[in-house]
Amino acid sequence: MKVAIIKYNAGNVQSVTFALNRLGIEPVLSNDPEVLKSADKVIFPGVGEASTAMASVKENGLDKIIPGLKQPFLGICLGLQLMCRHSEENDTPCLGVFDLEVKKFPPNEKVPHMGWNKIHSLKGPLMNGLTNDAYLYFVHSYYAEMGGSTIAQSDYMVPFSAALQKGNFYAVQAHPEKSGVDGARILKNFIEL
Amino acid sequence: MLTKRIIPCLDIKDGRTVKGVNFVDLRDAGDPVELGARYAAEMADELVFLDITATVEKRKTLVELVRHVAREINIPFTVGGGISSIADVSALLNAGADKVSINSSAVKRPELIDELSREFGNQCIVVAIDSRFADGVHVVNTHGGRTPTALETIKWAREAENRGAGEILLTSMDHDGTKAGFADELTAKVSETVGVPVIASGGGGTQEHFLDVFTKGKADAALAASIFHFQEVPIKELKEYLRDQNIPMRL
Repeated sequence: MKVAIIKYNAGNVQSVTFALNRLGIEPVLSNDPEVLKSADKVIFPGVGEASTAMASVKENGLDKIIPGLKQPFLGICLGLQLMCRHSEENDTPCLGVFDLEVKKFPPNEKVPHMGWNKIHSLKGPLMNGLTNDAYLYFVHSYYAEMGGSTIAQSDYMVPFSAALQKGNFYAVQAHPEKSGVDGARILKNFIEL
Repeated sequence: MLTKRIIPCLDIKDGRTVKGVNFVDLRDAGDPVELGARYAAEMADELVFLDITATVEKRKTLVELVRHVAREINIPFTVGGGISSIADVSALLNAGADKVSINSSAVKRPELIDELSREFGNQCIVVAIDSRFADGVHVVNTHGGRTPTALETIKWAREAENRGAGEILLTSMDHDGTKAGFADELTAKVSETVGVPVIASGGGGTQEHFLDVFTKGKADAALAASIFHFQEVPIKELKEYLRDQNIPMRL
């Protein structure tokens, strides 16, 4: 199976690569539209700041490519946020795959939301085999609001989308590559879609 | 609910763990990867690898070690010790580290925190503070807690946050190694002052000490080394105890 990880200037893709290696997958890292279009699966990772990351997505013309991809596609962390309509982080218009707003957590508690949190209200094939007792590792200061495409919820001061799905587009806010056996299960589910 | 985190710390020298470990079923207690994997299996929430290697030449082995750890272990880990530049951080993050911890280099040149958080995001920049109580004041120490500075601990924690620290690792030198309990009062002050998570370190000797640092100390995470290495406080039992005391724990 050919799994492509989208290469752009956001975050460290090494952990995602190693997590896929543990599942027996050797991914390719690329920003070449032809490579991305012909892959069986595409993963869109991301760590960092939204406007800088979106600028890098556009610089590579990926904003034109991503929404038209037909194969299973998985955004991770900032990748999920960039797949939404707009982020409050530096007022950044995003890709609009999910018609959702990305908002900043209120300052009532520690931000970033950093550590292990439960997910619940699980739906769809990406969450196969996970229970409402599953813990995932989160690190983020902004969150995607709840919506019709929410397939897993988590709560930190407010309820938010821990995972999203619309057609072939999937996304998780947590880091499945760093979330122990539950995270590995999500990646395996995605690979098996 | 966001859980409190239990974090074992492994001291690394020339790519090997130092300080004794007595996990009976480890083939090689000096192998940081094997020990880290053992902790991950015991439900440790994160790992910290603190590199105490002195020479630049041997520090290259650290990047290789980070790569090896990242390949094998599926929980987050932080690397600290001797990090003083964007290039250092870039090499470690690209090898698969999730966060880096800076200490003396940030005290020496506080702008480093701004530069690193701008380049890599504040979520991966941990500022470690070694604090010692002297003449009625909590003072920041550098170089493994040996050198006192003019900085007051709480003020420095606030400055570190303002400059872009995503997390504060607070070690009380007065409590470190005593196994008599964490610096709950100081930890609470720092935790109430900053808006980012605080990891308490130094003094954890019993399960009750961890309960205290999460309740009285208002810590978001607690770190310890030898009590985990020697299984005086097994991680899973500790987490079960804390859960039974209504501390949110991942189990």
